[in-house]
Amino acid sequence: MKRQSENKTFHLQRLKTIGLLVIICSAIGIFSSAFENKMDFTGIKNTGTINKDSIESVQAFMQVYKVLMSPRCMNCHPAGDVPLQGDDSHIHSMLPKRGKDGRGVYALKCANCHQPENLPGLHKPPGNPNWHLPPADMKMVFQGKSPAQLAKQIIDPAQNGNKSKAKLLEHAYDALVLAGWNMGQGRTAPPMSHEEFVKVWTTWIKKGAYAPK
Amino acid sequence: MITLNINQKNYEVDIDPDMPLLWVLRDVIGLVGTKYGCGVAQCGACVVHLNGEAVRSCVTKVKRADGQKVVTIEGLGLTNDHPLQKAWLEADVPQCGYCQSGQLMSAAVLLRENPNPTDQDIDDAMAGNICRCGTYLRIREAIHMAAEILRKGS
Repeated sequence: MKRQSENKTFHLQRLKTIGLLVIICSAIGIFSSAFENKMDFTGIKNTGTINKDSIESVQAFMQVYKVLMSPRCMNCHPAGDVPLQGDDSHIHSMLPKRGKDGRGVYALKCANCHQPENLPGLHKPPGNPNWHLPPADMKMVFQGKSPAQLAKQIIDPAQNGNKSKAKLLEHAYDALVLAGWNMGQGRTAPPMSHEEFVKVWTTWIKKGAYAPK
Repeated sequence: MITLNINQKNYEVDIDPDMPLLWVLRDVIGLVGTKYGCGVAQCGACVVHLNGEAVRSCVTKVKRADGQKVVTIEGLGLTNDHPLQKAWLEADVPQCGYCQSGQLMSAAVLLRENPNPTDQDIDDAMAGNICRCGTYLRIREAIHMAAEILRKGS
């Protein structure tokens, strides 16, 4: 009888312990998911994110940053309404204005000089069929941004042209992004190959798209 | 074979499709009103209209204009009576005149898109057209004058 009662008490205690463990685990789960959402400033559901790792993500972004701040990318993401030009990122000669759609104004539209393709020879305008700046209502400024500011801007749909993480991953292959590596004669290439860029860009996003501090 | 509609006339030219439009206009068609300045799209002397846009013909390969409409200074006003031409004469704009066909073609796009331009609008449109004689103030005055002629509908 006593032994039966001891067994019952033992089972009850075991059930209590299991119950307590379930509650603790659930609490940890809820807490960490809330923590993750808080860390993920995008508010986007992390579809496709694998093994979030803030250290690896930030390290990858610092490589991404070097490319985005190189003249081949930054020159068309100016802080003002006039593009930049050259390896020293000076203000574009003849001061062509961004315009509403980013394609210039009046007689100074981008495509008036920038042809669908690069032209041979030094100092000729580089070309692309879709040459333009970001539009006036979504300027996507790179110039002057710190790594933290730029990472937060790129991942924020309100500031990146309403791009999800999936769209951002695709954007690495956008024709104008690729044009950065087809810079024509006399212009310095970005600091790494496009293949290496895609690798760090993808790592940054897939590891959680964390912004450096 | 490249097909061009220049100043409302059709041309068929058997040329290298990579030849700059300026070369075709001047050396093949014989329309020499458009000038060669820098050859690298920096000065604006060679501006013509390609489907209404003020392209720099020294860097525009003729294949881009294949089957398209081109207007040169000779076709701006077929009887030389475009409001800009009238205003240019009235304000006596040119000094040496070399850059002026490019200036007029750029100004024509500005007035088409903005019939009542401010000084800032004029600067925004015309900053890519260089004049070594420095006729900029008269250019600005003539553009305002042409805008007024347009507004009065004459």
